[in-house]
Amino acid sequence: MASKLKTAKALAALQKKLAEEMDTEKCRISLCNGTACRPYGSNPVADAFKAEIEKRGLADQVEFKITGCHGFCERGPIAIVEPGNVFYQRIQVSDVPEILDNTVQKKAPIERLLFKQDAGAKAVARQNDIPFYTDQQRIVMGNNARLDPTNIEDYIAIGGYSALSKTLFDLQPDAIIQMVKDSGLRGRGGGGFPTGTKWETCRKAHGDIKYVIVNADEGDPGAYANEGLLTGNPHSVLEGLIIGAFAIGSHQGYIYVRNEYPLALKNITMAIEQAEKLGLIGKNILGSGFDFSVRVNRGGGAFVCGESTALMASLEGKTGEPRAKYIHTVERGLWDKPSCLNNVETWANIPLIINNGAGWFSKIGASGNSGTKIFSLTGKVNNTGLVEVPMGIKLRDIIFDIGGGIRGGKKFKAVQTGGPSGGCLPEKLLDSPVDFDSLLKAGSMMGSGGMIVMDEDNCMVDTARYFLTFLEEESCGKCVPCREGVKRMRQILTDITEGKGQVSDLELLTELAAHLKDSALCALGSSAPNPVLTTIQYFKDEYEAHIKDKKCPAGVCKALIRFSIINEKCPGCARCVKPCPTQAITFMGKQKPVVLDQSKCIKCRTCFDICKMGAVSIE
Amino acid sequence: MSELVNLTINGNKYTAEKGSMVLQVARDHGIRIPTLCNHEAIEPFGACRLCIVEATRGNRTRIVTSCLYPVEEGLVVQTDSPRIVRNRKMLLDLLLARCSENKVIKELAAEYGLEKPSFREEYWEKHDCIVCGLCVRACEQVVGVSAISLVNRGVSKEPKPPFLEKAKACIGCGSCYYVCPTGAVKMEEKNGVRHIYNWEVAFKLKKCPKCGMEWAPEAQLEYIRKKWKLEPGFFDLCPNCR
Amino acid sequence: MTDKVAAIVKKYGSHSSQLVSILQDIQAEYNYLPRTALDKLSKKLDIPQSHVYSMATFFRAFSLKERGKHICNVCQGTACHVRGADLILEALERQLGVERGQTTADRGFTLETVNCMGCCATGPVVKIDDEFFGHMTNDKVEPMLSKFKE
Repeated sequence: MASKLKTAKALAALQKKLAEEMDTEKCRISLCNGTACRPYGSNPVADAFKAEIEKRGLADQVEFKITGCHGFCERGPIAIVEPGNVFYQRIQVSDVPEILDNTVQKKAPIERLLFKQDAGAKAVARQNDIPFYTDQQRIVMGNNARLDPTNIEDYIAIGGYSALSKTLFDLQPDAIIQMVKDSGLRGRGGGGFPTGTKWETCRKAHGDIKYVIVNADEGDPGAYANEGLLTGNPHSVLEGLIIGAFAIGSHQGYIYVRNEYPLALKNITMAIEQAEKLGLIGKNILGSGFDFSVRVNRGGGAFVCGESTALMASLEGKTGEPRAKYIHTVERGLWDKPSCLNNVETWANIPLIINNGAGWFSKIGASGNSGTKIFSLTGKVNNTGLVEVPMGIKLRDIIFDIGGGIRGGKKFKAVQTGGPSGGCLPEKLLDSPVDFDSLLKAGSMMGSGGMIVMDEDNCMVDTARYFLTFLEEESCGKCVPCREGVKRMRQILTDITEGKGQVSDLELLTELAAHLKDSALCALGSSAPNPVLTTIQYFKDEYEAHIKDKKCPAGVCKALIRFSIINEKCPGCARCVKPCPTQAITFMGKQKPVVLDQSKCIKCRTCFDICKMGAVSIE
Repeated sequence: MSELVNLTINGNKYTAEKGSMVLQVARDHGIRIPTLCNHEAIEPFGACRLCIVEATRGNRTRIVTSCLYPVEEGLVVQTDSPRIVRNRKMLLDLLLARCSENKVIKELAAEYGLEKPSFREEYWEKHDCIVCGLCVRACEQVVGVSAISLVNRGVSKEPKPPFLEKAKACIGCGSCYYVCPTGAVKMEEKNGVRHIYNWEVAFKLKKCPKCGMEWAPEAQLEYIRKKWKLEPGFFDLCPNCR
Repeated sequence: MTDKVAAIVKKYGSHSSQLVSILQDIQAEYNYLPRTALDKLSKKLDIPQSHVYSMATFFRAFSLKERGKHICNVCQGTACHVRGADLILEALERQLGVERGQTTADRGFTLETVNCMGCCATGPVVKIDDEFFGHMTNDKVEPMLSKFKE
């Protein structure tokens, strides 16, 4: 690696040199080895590429990069080959030699490894032609495919840290803050508070010691957008943080990373070390006279620590209990000093704004909601992964165009946004634009980017119960409304799913919901009612079925369903017999239907999932 | 002298020192706001939520805990609006479901028209402790020994000694017992020994050689004597006989 | 043990604000938080034992009980839940004969749950030690466990 950069010129020179080195005759293969690809076996594939390249001495012809998330997690392991923007999916170790041959010899792309929406469809070779990608605007995440997150030089080669250089030498703090305000950037952690205004208030707050904090706690289950960004392009976050620190007048930053993200922790720690070595963090950055240091802190497994005051308490070595925010944290935060806390994605947008201008940014997205947002699109969609879309795009477009619609040809039922603080939106709201204000109006919220799609086989009452169970486990327990109220709501919902619901339960749930919204100490408690309220509002018929008819229409709530064998469809193949954990199914001979003993059935769904004849029914 | 501000509480105008809390100002003027987790000698915590009021600033009204909300010029406060009363009632409903046989909670609940919890009887609990944290905070802030703390998280959060053993750092002063709003801390003196059962501690009481009164735990006296560097024998006689 | 704890404390500048990180390192060393280590920690940092205990019981990452050789983490995040993660957890409970949070009698496995590991595309997901198992179904549970059994 290069030695310490002592001036802006030195950085510019290094950038030029590295950029020129990139622009060669070499082919480039970028393999995603992000967290979401690993369960698919991307690690052995990465090792196979490295070994094969070395074995065949191809290092001077092929540049192989192990990168962070490319976004299309459903189809991992993924590699993108340049030139040609060829997108290979579901790569196995055995495919590696052929991919290398094909690339080096500049042959046509390998057809069986190309994207096809389904078995009979036409193969698509170029990444940018794949429907999953065409409607996206990957201004923040797009760079993941171009760089190895464990090598700072890759980031610099594509222009990284030039925004920082511009900030330190060409801009004044007030001008930077004005730029951020004019861009219209709003906090990407869920609150949607105007970032420029937050920075301005913090800058104006009393005191010489101020802190800047990256909230990488991303506790919403089902959201991993921050993970993909922090792991795949840690320097984009760092650069944004240093710029923000300069604008606010802070010299100390903290990055609070969730304990459950070991790869993100590793990559951001490495990124800081490398940045320090190059003099981009530390004393007298690039000779500007500006000092800044940053420290990484791990979470301890507490969703509540995503709340800003709880996060700060944890940084102070205390339990993650929130406190009243009547005096904002930008005035008195970490150790009672003015502190500016922003989400990972918010910080990552800053270098883009500095480099391209507030005007450019404000034209992306929708009015009052500029820029893009990264969502983790998961659940019952065909194309799960991390998608980056302009604000204002319709929910329908994300789910059906980018997401490729519902898996297995099932029917869409609901989409959940905003995590446990958000709500479940039904089909009739699919044409809602995805932006902070519209989602709030519908009863949900943006949150940090989780977007979970549900189909006809998901029970909305069970979903509400699930969220309350989660929140009950994660509640810090300090205030009565949340600690006791969430517990009581969960008890009522569990009773409903077990067929013990009463008509008065809905009213009691609604009263409890109003109470939590009014009186809870922090947003965990005050937004806990959202999943319940939206499901009661939009899926009341399911609640009524559970309460009045003691039935679960989706076939999920165990106490209200019954598994049985459809005799006419059962050929007696006995596939279901052995896997049954309670031996509730008896083989009666070939071509005779099996017999299911209801008294032993624990409704685990094993037989239903295993049967290829559709001979198990849930009613 | 501090800056004074003008505010309105329940339609009446008052002046108060800037930065003082709404709860304090209200109490200074005889306006009753119920509390459970509040104590004048201890930093406010905002946990029980009983002291909530409606606070209006400009055209924005919020529900806030008056123990932690600083007064400011032009603030308008309602301590018993229908929305506040509704919320206090539900709060007490939740507390009653948790402490269904506790005298203090039952009396408070009855004040708001609650005879029994709105939840199913099979889920009623019989705690005395409402996890207000006063015992822990008194031990930490006033006494300074931090013999106990709030352990666990969420529904199982409760004040306990470390490792659920007898509280080694306890000096038997009984502050926890005196500040507890619901009588959940059980303290008893018998046969010259003070027991605080919750923390599994027992302390021999010092007996005055002159009048025979058993007046304080020896451990507590020794702690104070050492902390303030008082000479040995300083506490040999009880305060009356000294 | 005393030396190891002292070294960890020193690594974090003996700052009590770094308590979560210090506890993480102690747990990484011993696979749980031993009592003696916590007592030592309280002395070294000069903080009340009650505070250390509060921290150890507040954060779910920490275990005060000895854990098994293999830590089995079942994701219960929303994306995994809608794909049936709770049924996978039940299957694991049946196979291992323990409930979530518990360790098998032979100390082979500790069964824990986690709320989202960031592998939502491959849900339901189970992680055993550092290995991920995606698209889990009930019939895959036994073969997965047998990879780790001696």
